[in-house]
Amino acid sequence: MNRNISISLGLHTILVIITAMSLPFLSKKPIELPPIISVELIQITDKTNIPFAPKAKKIIEKVKEKEKKLVSEQAPPKKIKKLKPDAVPLPDEKIEKIKKIKDEKQNPEKVETDVKQISEFEKKELFDTNSIAALIDKSKIDSAQTKKKLEKITQNQDKEADFAGLTLSEEDALKAQIFGCWSIPLGLPYSENLLVRIKLQLKPDGSIIRTEIVDHARMNKPGQGFYKVLAESALRAIKLCQPLRVPSKGYERWKELQLNFDAREMLQG
Amino acid sequence: MTLRYLFILLILLQTKAFALIEVDITRGNLNPLPVAISPLAIDKNSKDNFKKILKKENIGAEISVIVENNLKQSGLFDPLNKDAFLQKPDIANLKPRFEDWNLIKAQALVTGKVTFVDEKLRVEFRLWDVLAGKEMMALAFTTVPSNWRRVGHIITDKVYERLTGEKGYFDTRIIYISEEGPKTNRIKRLALMDQDGFNNKFLTLGNELVLTPRFSPTNQMVTYLSYFRNLPRVYLLDIETGMQEVVGDFPGMTFAPRFSPDGKKIIMSFAKDGNSDIYTMDLENRIVERISNHPSIDTSPSYSPNGKYITFNSDRSGYQQIYVMSSNGKNVKRISFGNGLYGTPVWSPRGDLIAFTKLHKGKFYIGVMRTDGTGERLLTENFYQEAPSWSPNGRVLIFYRETKTNAKGEGFSAKLWSIDLTGYNEKMVKTATDASDPSWSSLLSN
Repeated sequence: MNRNISISLGLHTILVIITAMSLPFLSKKPIELPPIISVELIQITDKTNIPFAPKAKKIIEKVKEKEKKLVSEQAPPKKIKKLKPDAVPLPDEKIEKIKKIKDEKQNPEKVETDVKQISEFEKKELFDTNSIAALIDKSKIDSAQTKKKLEKITQNQDKEADFAGLTLSEEDALKAQIFGCWSIPLGLPYSENLLVRIKLQLKPDGSIIRTEIVDHARMNKPGQGFYKVLAESALRAIKLCQPLRVPSKGYERWKELQLNFDAREMLQG
Repeated sequence: MTLRYLFILLILLQTKAFALIEVDITRGNLNPLPVAISPLAIDKNSKDNFKKILKKENIGAEISVIVENNLKQSGLFDPLNKDAFLQKPDIANLKPRFEDWNLIKAQALVTGKVTFVDEKLRVEFRLWDVLAGKEMMALAFTTVPSNWRRVGHIITDKVYERLTGEKGYFDTRIIYISEEGPKTNRIKRLALMDQDGFNNKFLTLGNELVLTPRFSPTNQMVTYLSYFRNLPRVYLLDIETGMQEVVGDFPGMTFAPRFSPDGKKIIMSFAKDGNSDIYTMDLENRIVERISNHPSIDTSPSYSPNGKYITFNSDRSGYQQIYVMSSNGKNVKRISFGNGLYGTPVWSPRGDLIAFTKLHKGKFYIGVMRTDGTGERLLTENFYQEAPSWSPNGRVLIFYRETKTNAKGEGFSAKLWSIDLTGYNEKMVKTATDASDPSWSSLLSN
């Protein structure tokens, strides 16, 4: 018994040492980092904004001015100014997210072509009566391999999805839901920096386990009445909205979320 | 050594590192917030006492109605129907059953209690966050019973401030010109009322023509213009005591006297040697100082809240437009450049906007622009409307609107209207008679 344990221990120790020695950071070799590729997210406007010829541009500007004047006579609705530029360089995490979305799209297509090839092959060989049995066996093996491939791919996809953030459509769905629940306190000054960040812990069905205001200390500081009002309105919105519209899969990646509430765009008029 | 191996073992363990997902919420809705105003609870003894004094069956319910109407009028709140309330007022005031209030979609709840203590009215009220299930505010007031309407307004101000972040405007008064009789022979009297149209009283008899009353920003004083023996005369009136004094007689066409932000000066325009310019008068030593000096017609001056600038209208560019200058008359700068004529500029108490009347293609507009003239927004359009005056929090404008007369000269009326900065919440303000030239007071409880 003791002998077996000592053998096992010895082997494990050797295994650990080998693994440790082969670890890249222990070898102290300089790590060659791949070049950073910056990716810009470009928002496409509703109308195509093609640059006009100088003469045409002047005419169009004149028409625009006339339109502007007409609009101002009819008490136009609030103009919402965008503080952020349309093209925002993304942090590294988001770059990863985009790459993974692309990968997700490509993989299923590959699988489909594989399956198709097999079925064509089967059709061709069916006419060879001499080797029907062999073909059946082969096709079984091939289809089994394809199945394995498929499983591998889907497993890989799941893993990748686990590490990614929300997709754009998932994020849009969540945003749209909270937009509807958030009654913005209209008395807040738009000139002040009033950004309320709230961390959420969620259940798989999107209901809230816990909410935490990141800058909670600011709530009770004197002269921070506006921040308090905004934070309370944000908490109300979250509670009113729950269960949140979260993706049906990948709970691990979104079980903790942070919502950043910023009313400046809406308050600027 | 063992520790080192342990460390290596630890890092070999497969762990998943998740970056925290952040979602930016930059938009919300501007729908009115659903609030439940529970009638204020009252015990039998207090109820009987108030019934004797105020001739009101249930003063608690009456005060809650004032709060409800005020919040509804603001356009930012949606008071829920009391018939849907499941909890009784006395129990709700002690500990609301939030599930019940949540069920009727209330996001905020106001509860309270009225008692009769030492011949006085004592009101305590609480504001609750229904979704969070916690108390947001609790206050108590004691006052003479006759002030019960003001208690309702003060509660509204507190609730409004707590939920929107800006000061309220409900415990305020409006002074205006009450008009009666046919258009050609109008009797005009100075009148004062609460901002919700109650407690209306007339301050002059109507023997003389009165015009342009304006509140002092610091206290309950009013300055106005009256024609005495066909000569314009500027008066000061203390609305608490009713004391009235003549500030001075001025030559020719005198217009729209208005207080400086510290209440120590009056700024106005009058025509000296046929040329209308802006002047100030120190109320202590009665020294008149000329501020603008231009051959054109300069009128309707209004100070910025910090007293450093003055906005006024002038036709020095050929058409009546809005200008801004330093309070010493220097650095005159035109700020309005749109089509049409601009007049009656009034600086917002918040200091960020200037309200004005605009005449363009035969129609009158009430609008606002930033103090540099950018961001012009026309809030309302009508056949004839003018003279905007700001609520003390700079969110709502009150002005007056006249209707067309028919071919027989009938159907004329002048009414007060209010509109908020969104331009959507436009409401008529109830007055006992026809009304014009309103001016909004500062908060009484300050």
